[in-house]
Amino acid sequence: MSVNAESLMQPNQKNGLFSWLKTWLTTVDHKKIAVLYLFGGGLFFLIGGIEAMLIRLQLTAPENHFLTGSAYNQVLTMHGTTMIFFVAMPMIFAFMNAVVPLQIGARDVAFPFVNALGFWLFFLGGIILNLSWFLGGAPEAGWTAYAPLSTEYLGRGMDFYVLGLQVAGAGTLMGGINFLVTIINMRAPGMTFMRMPLFTWTAFVTSALILFAFPALTVGLFEIFFDRLFGGNFFNATNGGNSIIFEHIFWIFGHPEVYILILPSFGILSEVISTFSKKRLFGYHSMVFATILIGFLAFMVWVHHMFTVGLGPIANTIFALATMAIAVPTGIKIFNWIFTMWGGQIRFTTANLYAVSFIPTFVMGGVTGVMLAIPAADFQFQDSYFVVAHFHYVIVGGVILGLFAGLYYWWPKMFGRCLNETLGKINFWFFFIGFHVTFFPQHFLGLMGMPRRYFTYLPGEHLTTLNVVSSIGAIGMAIGVITLVVNIVYTFVKGEKAEGDAWGTGRTLEWSIPSPAPEYNFAQTPLVKGIDTYWKEKMDGNKKVTAAEPLGDVHMPSPSIMPFLMSISLTIVSFGFIFSDKGVHRTVSFAVAGIGIAMMLGCMLVRSIKDDSGFHIHKEEIIETEKGMSK
Amino acid sequence: MSKAENVETIPAHPETATLEGKNKFIGFWLFLGGETVLFGTLFATFLALRNKTNGGPAAHDLFSLSTVFAATVILLVSSLTSVFAVMAMRDRAVGKMQFWFLITVLLGIAFLVLEITEFKEYLHEHLGYSTSAFSSSFYTLVGTHGCHVLFGVLWISTITIQAFKKGITTVTAPKYYVASLYWHFIDVVWVFIFTVVYLLGIAGR
Repeated sequence: MSVNAESLMQPNQKNGLFSWLKTWLTTVDHKKIAVLYLFGGGLFFLIGGIEAMLIRLQLTAPENHFLTGSAYNQVLTMHGTTMIFFVAMPMIFAFMNAVVPLQIGARDVAFPFVNALGFWLFFLGGIILNLSWFLGGAPEAGWTAYAPLSTEYLGRGMDFYVLGLQVAGAGTLMGGINFLVTIINMRAPGMTFMRMPLFTWTAFVTSALILFAFPALTVGLFEIFFDRLFGGNFFNATNGGNSIIFEHIFWIFGHPEVYILILPSFGILSEVISTFSKKRLFGYHSMVFATILIGFLAFMVWVHHMFTVGLGPIANTIFALATMAIAVPTGIKIFNWIFTMWGGQIRFTTANLYAVSFIPTFVMGGVTGVMLAIPAADFQFQDSYFVVAHFHYVIVGGVILGLFAGLYYWWPKMFGRCLNETLGKINFWFFFIGFHVTFFPQHFLGLMGMPRRYFTYLPGEHLTTLNVVSSIGAIGMAIGVITLVVNIVYTFVKGEKAEGDAWGTGRTLEWSIPSPAPEYNFAQTPLVKGIDTYWKEKMDGNKKVTAAEPLGDVHMPSPSIMPFLMSISLTIVSFGFIFSDKGVHRTVSFAVAGIGIAMMLGCMLVRSIKDDSGFHIHKEEIIETEKGMSK
Repeated sequence: MSKAENVETIPAHPETATLEGKNKFIGFWLFLGGETVLFGTLFATFLALRNKTNGGPAAHDLFSLSTVFAATVILLVSSLTSVFAVMAMRDRAVGKMQFWFLITVLLGIAFLVLEITEFKEYLHEHLGYSTSAFSSSFYTLVGTHGCHVLFGVLWISTITIQAFKKGITTVTAPKYYVASLYWHFIDVVWVFIFTVVYLLGIAGR
């Protein structure tokens, strides 16, 4: 089967909605999957953001009755769960999909089919979780879902939590394996490990963390699931169970998870700062070393989430020291970014504003992190707004600022148009100032004794003023995000067309090809000559990167609806189990789950029987496409 | 990259002859790394709860070494037969490969029959899933392994039947290879279950 590349890229102009839908439901192209991840994550970002605004609205006044008790717990739980699993994770996968294959000179990821499956599992997992709002109430045990609260005291919302995360988690695990294999096996000739761009390095280490962290979550969730549905006793103390086990399992996953989130942001920063300083990244090797070390230490510190559980002074001390040790590789990174800027020709584009503002903001989050790492002090800080301030500084002030930098930086490569810079700067300043106004006072609220996760506080406790300030800041962040949405719409309608090397100072391979990248990425696989190989070529006076192969036909994988169907099957399984509590007839719901499992196995069988021979894009079509695209 | 190749022209290691094959090879090893964490977590839970019998039957009241020993021998032998199948695959002997995979599947089924009989007996001796923390963690760990065996049986069966039509090519070879890799992994997990659950349960009071 041979398909014209042009027609595949723009099917919607010819055949209307159905064809458009078919393209997106069946795509296995990493660039399209990146777009799906971006807008899927974006959708959940708006939902999670609204939840955040509701929380701030409730806490603006003492003894407020806007959102109380269970309703508040649901909103709070869904805010945390959504932002971590259904916003930060997919955004990271969006950039990994959009950028990693281009940075290593590959034509696709190692497993395009699995890549699509990973996306649909994530997306439907998020849908499952959010449907809980309409089907009997959302989960309300916090994003950590500690047992026995989650197993013995709460309703069906927890089943939505367990199965939604289980489905999405399976997708994430697949994505992690996919990128590990892609980076190990599919680098272009000359792209040795120590020539890989930093974003690819962080994607690599993050994927390794995903591989070793997510199965622990899978087991933890299964144990909650079995306790809830089949009367298991993992966490039921009356029958010999032990709920501390869940805390261990959760944080053995949970701590690596926060590094899974932050490492790609570190990578984005390294790219953006270097590009807009017109300088090679300072201390490339130490950056790689620091990334790997942070990845390794990620698994060594989970007990710092459990200092007050009572594991004893020896355990607490060891984990406190390990935690403080992480400040060293992180410090290396901070200094390297600053030294990269030193003496550079810095341009403050929106992307770079986000990147530069990340540095002091993240350092503040890091400092409170070291404070929390001291067990004796942690007994005072724990479960207070100080902790809330800390993790919002590292996750919003770290992960999200980094992701926004990446959004502005790679948007031209993903969509062929540059986001508007004026709107971008409005977006940045509102979001950045709003962020600090929201979360800086929360440190003091915590030190003054305001506990986290409570839906209200009393007047006369001196907590009102700072809570009002915090809520005002939240409005600033909301205006920032709305400006971003406006910017995106504006750019789709009237945005400036982007060059291949959209910023003029691109250093890595993704900037050597047209924007947006053609379906086959590289007409000829590039030959990599060093770190920042595209910059090297430009300095040598070459307009193009040296090719490692003659121009020829390019083999592509066929699109497939199967990933979507598989994900639907697992969604059916989830709903079967979610409604299998005593209220509904158990055999019916188990039958539904059984049908889902049978559908899943059937899909796998079809996938096994039907070998995908793919199709070829012919040389002539490639030449034609290359001529027509902006350079 | 991958071209349809004749049986005569396939290389000595057809499972890693193409980029797709190499990807599957490494990808599957990594997947097994994730599975190791999964089983590791289940083992950790079991070890923490194995003495919490809640007044119900304990490990040493239930386990009989003879059944478990038989199960172990069956599974270890099935690992060997899957090696024979992969060796036959490298010799491009389709029939021989199918034969050894068939034996592997039959041994897998025998193992499952033994395990189900064993579970039935335990239920008979009043060790239900919700009897105690020990029972929950025992059934979950061993049951998860059993589900893996069942999946392996289904998987190897389907690719063995497909071999009639597709034979051994650079497209199918990686599939046979990773299936046998999976089977070895299940075997290794069982060795740990045998030691940690059964031997420790009987001897390590």
